[in-house]
Amino acid sequence: MKKRSDHSMQTDAAAGFSRPLRLSAGQDLRGYLTGRAARTLLFITAFVSVAAVLLIFVFVVREAVPFFKSTDAAASLSRLKEFLTRTQWFPEHEAHPEYGVLAIIVGSLYVTVVSLLIAVPIGLLAAVFLSDIASFKVRQICKPVIEILAAIPSVAYGVFAVMVAAPWLQKHLGFTTGTNALNASLILSIMALPTILSVAEDSLSAVGRDIRQASYGLGATRAETMIRVVIPAAGSGILAAVILGMMRAIGETMVVWMASGNAAQIPSPWWDLSQSVRTMTATIAGELGEVPKGTTHYHSLFAIGFLLLIFTFTLNLISESFLSRVKRRQR
Amino acid sequence: MKAIWSGKKTLALLGMALFVLGLTVPASAARQLLQVDGSTTVGPIGDAFAEAFSELYPDCSITVKKTGSGDGAAALVDGRCDIAMMSRFMKEKEFRQAVEKGVFPVAHVVAMDGVCIVVHPSNPVAALTAEQIRKIYKGELTNWKQVGGADMPIVPISRDTSSGTYETFHELVMNKEKMAENVEYVNSNPQSHSRVRSTEGAIGYVGIGFLDRYVKAIKVDNVMPSRSTIAKGIYPVSRPLFLFTNGYPKLGSMAHAFCAFYLTEKGQEIVEDKGFVPLTEY
Repeated sequence: MKKRSDHSMQTDAAAGFSRPLRLSAGQDLRGYLTGRAARTLLFITAFVSVAAVLLIFVFVVREAVPFFKSTDAAASLSRLKEFLTRTQWFPEHEAHPEYGVLAIIVGSLYVTVVSLLIAVPIGLLAAVFLSDIASFKVRQICKPVIEILAAIPSVAYGVFAVMVAAPWLQKHLGFTTGTNALNASLILSIMALPTILSVAEDSLSAVGRDIRQASYGLGATRAETMIRVVIPAAGSGILAAVILGMMRAIGETMVVWMASGNAAQIPSPWWDLSQSVRTMTATIAGELGEVPKGTTHYHSLFAIGFLLLIFTFTLNLISESFLSRVKRRQR
Repeated sequence: MKAIWSGKKTLALLGMALFVLGLTVPASAARQLLQVDGSTTVGPIGDAFAEAFSELYPDCSITVKKTGSGDGAAALVDGRCDIAMMSRFMKEKEFRQAVEKGVFPVAHVVAMDGVCIVVHPSNPVAALTAEQIRKIYKGELTNWKQVGGADMPIVPISRDTSSGTYETFHELVMNKEKMAENVEYVNSNPQSHSRVRSTEGAIGYVGIGFLDRYVKAIKVDNVMPSRSTIAKGIYPVSRPLFLFTNGYPKLGSMAHAFCAFYLTEKGQEIVEDKGFVPLTEY
């Protein structure tokens, strides 16, 4: 019995080496070419996405530059100054167009920050629950359901914001208008929630069992372990989760376009959430469709797009660095 | 070196494939293809005309794209469409670009559109002057009691600045003056309607096709918006809707039939059915 199985193993092993070690010149060339072709194909596939990013960047910059370009440096500088420090946005006005995007930048940051104030605590607590408290079964059900949230198209959220949330806010909170900063922030926080939750949950789970058990071994309670040990250990990952959620919120277009009211103003007093605001994404989406090509208005929209790109690139870099720190620790 | 070369080759092959595709598609369908592009306001008319045409002329194919008046004009200038739908006349700049490229835009007015000023049905205010409306949108009047209504803040709602409806309102009511910072913007007629419907203090504007019992149209300068006041141009906020072609379309061509379709009984029915006002009385 034993002998036979040994024998069969030998033949199996031999089968692996049955290919002739010496190839004919044709076979050799063919192998070389197939390898090269496959390599090139894979390279192109990988390069397409890199090229897309580069081309987007080049295109946006190319279309944004004419906005600042002027007869002399002083005029360009004053254009840039107007762009970043003024709040009047009347680009389509024929006689006296104004291109101040400060109110719009503030609007973007405003809804982003408020939505994070709502989504981060909820997302973190839920992540703690799912990673450390919920039973395996509950977790198996909850996680996919939460991820469905991320799959709902944003226009559906937008319709909800206009048709349901806005009248509700007016009726029950007495707001004069329902499409305002609060409405947009609420919807954005729901949309950012799945991102924050799943990344935070992953990084909490990535903190090893050994660390938790060491903490228990020292006499710490579950709560102490969670707050003093696990959360600090997963800190980078949690920060990355927050930043990813932030990117989701700042880049979202359809929902803010429908829910925020799009009034280009800085709320006064600044904490008044019941006022309408306008975001950078909504401005681009709303105005680019019909703006005559090549006009200053057209280029100003690309200038806003460029600003937005800078924001998201910076955020992306920061979150990448935090996530790589998590990975290093795991190793 | 070698990898780059084969990459180039692949690209060349891809380019050739695209080129061949580009050659074959229009060639097979060129005979009866009509491209219509432009305003989202005129869009429903274009769609319905195209549908009627598919029954009348089964071997023609019409594509209707609704990208906006500005895009429509650009498409006509670039030769990307045969007919541009526009809710405003061509701007000087667009016209000049067209002529420079050897395109001579000809306007066909197919219907009249009225921009109706609407408020919440519970609002007692039933008439405003254009002056008052302008002041509301400029932020000089902020409470309904200033114009004879209840003590309630006014929520002015405007269409997005790139829509044709906005341009009509901006030109005919606002005299091209800047709106206040607190004016809210929405990006479609239905959304404008739903915001006014659900907000007691709101004032907004929509095309006449969007009037129903959920919003209340008010008199402007003592003229109630209606089919007859808009068609006659008595109502101050009314405008013609255009189709633009490159030169007058060749008689008997599909484009000519399309641009003259509003004169037929069926065409007028469509115009009225889509909520606009036919030019012809019948």
